[in-house]
Amino acid sequence: MLIRRQDRGAPAPSEITPESVYHDRRRFMTGAAGLLAGGLLAGCDDANGTGAGGSAAAGHGLGPKLAALQPGPFATEEPLTPYEDVTSYNNFYELGTDKGDPLKNAHLLRTDPWSVAIEGAVEKPGTYTLEDILRPHALEERIYRLRCVEAWSMVVPWVGFPLGDLLKRFGPTAQAKYVAFQTILDRDNLPGQSAGLSSIEYPYVEGLRMDEAMHPLTILAVGLYGKVMPNQNGAPIRLVVPWKYGFKSIKSIVRIRLQETQPGTTWNKSAPHEYGFYSNVNPEVDHPRWSQKRERRLPSTLWSPNHIATRKFNGYEEQVASLYAGMNLQEYF
Amino acid sequence: MQVHIIEYRIKPALFVLCLLPCAAVFYLGFSNQLGPDPAERLVKELGEWAITMLWITLAVTPLRQLTGQSWLTRLRRMFGLFTLFYASVHFLSYATFMLGWSPALLADDLLERPYIVVGFLALVLLIPLGVTSTDAWRRRLKRRWVQLHRLVYVIAVLAMIHFAWTAKAGYGEQAVYFAILLVLMGFRLVPRIRALQRSP
Repeated sequence: MLIRRQDRGAPAPSEITPESVYHDRRRFMTGAAGLLAGGLLAGCDDANGTGAGGSAAAGHGLGPKLAALQPGPFATEEPLTPYEDVTSYNNFYELGTDKGDPLKNAHLLRTDPWSVAIEGAVEKPGTYTLEDILRPHALEERIYRLRCVEAWSMVVPWVGFPLGDLLKRFGPTAQAKYVAFQTILDRDNLPGQSAGLSSIEYPYVEGLRMDEAMHPLTILAVGLYGKVMPNQNGAPIRLVVPWKYGFKSIKSIVRIRLQETQPGTTWNKSAPHEYGFYSNVNPEVDHPRWSQKRERRLPSTLWSPNHIATRKFNGYEEQVASLYAGMNLQEYF
Repeated sequence: MQVHIIEYRIKPALFVLCLLPCAAVFYLGFSNQLGPDPAERLVKELGEWAITMLWITLAVTPLRQLTGQSWLTRLRRMFGLFTLFYASVHFLSYATFMLGWSPALLADDLLERPYIVVGFLALVLLIPLGVTSTDAWRRRLKRRWVQLHRLVYVIAVLAMIHFAWTAKAGYGEQAVYFAILLVLMGFRLVPRIRALQRSP
């Protein structure tokens, strides 16, 4: 059913991938499959064949799941942002504020062992190992647009599963109106968390309304490009909410709390007039310091800057506009 | 230091040195070596070089006072003009590579974005200083020339605000520039304050 709905949200003809790019992608996918097979033969030690950044050595037993990766719904046909760009141009302030810092410092994030606390308004609270978290979920490839609040964007083939499927397993109670997420806090190892002069508070926290969290577009991602999630992209498990600005898609999650009240979110606490709780992509609501009407689709070059118009809800209006029916989006930005 | 060494050795060498960052950043930009979002990188680097040149300009007088090397003053105009040069290229690159010279986007930014307004004002104020930097203008304006060129302190503060305002979080880089500006201003203000305290 979901796949049908996506057809009505089909991209404009101008966005359809040129044939050459499409073939490049096929070739890439074949290559990726080869890499994965190699990873399996090597005992799944490192499904990430590039060595860029580095991911958890054991991959949390992801090898067989990645081998069974299935295409998921809502895929955009726009050209993918290359793997090198997706994994070298990151905002992950725990690893440094420069775009290149997260790749450089990726090794400082320890992802194995990893566990996630599920707390609050659930029937089965507890702290679960990542392996337990992932066990029942089949992995899908979700090719989504990612729009950063800084007016650049990418197209990323994420690997993950619906957040809603996970939440249902733990039995949300009637009090579960919101979901609060928290990133790892490790001041001894993460350089950004020990540096002074930062206006954001750690640990990084984010939140969604329950209906946003249960929406089929919302996923927990454990990889990209068919590989284990590189540390700089938020390994081992991160949120992806494609109709919201990138900072909502919190990385390296250690805590998920269901609760009755709207949770605090890091950027909102840092600059409430600039970053709202919802932070839906919206060209009609400018950031106080810069316009949100357009974006630079990466990779861009000086020869062809690749500027495109930003779409409401990042082009997922068909799927999510109903969540905000009757809300003044200028007020609830 | 002999005048001809300053004019024919040191100045040309510094001139080339000051052009290198601009050449390097454009070379890297057009050969796709500035990452996936080169426009952003290019504009940022050029802006930082504009501020760096301005700070160097402001450092000439304190350095002369500290070292007693009066010939250093002969270099000041060149650094000042390079400040104008980098600020102009910074603005033109932003208008070209980030806005594509779209009148609507330019108007939107220049009228509504405070940090861009402040930066643009700093650039506009630099222009009369560049124009009147020649010896002829200096002679013509006499004492008013000195008054006019005190605008450089206003420009420095505007440039600092513009730069600090671009940060989303993590003010480390801006803090370094700000600390240097404080030292440079301190060299000028502290003697004046002391003088004021001495006179009843």
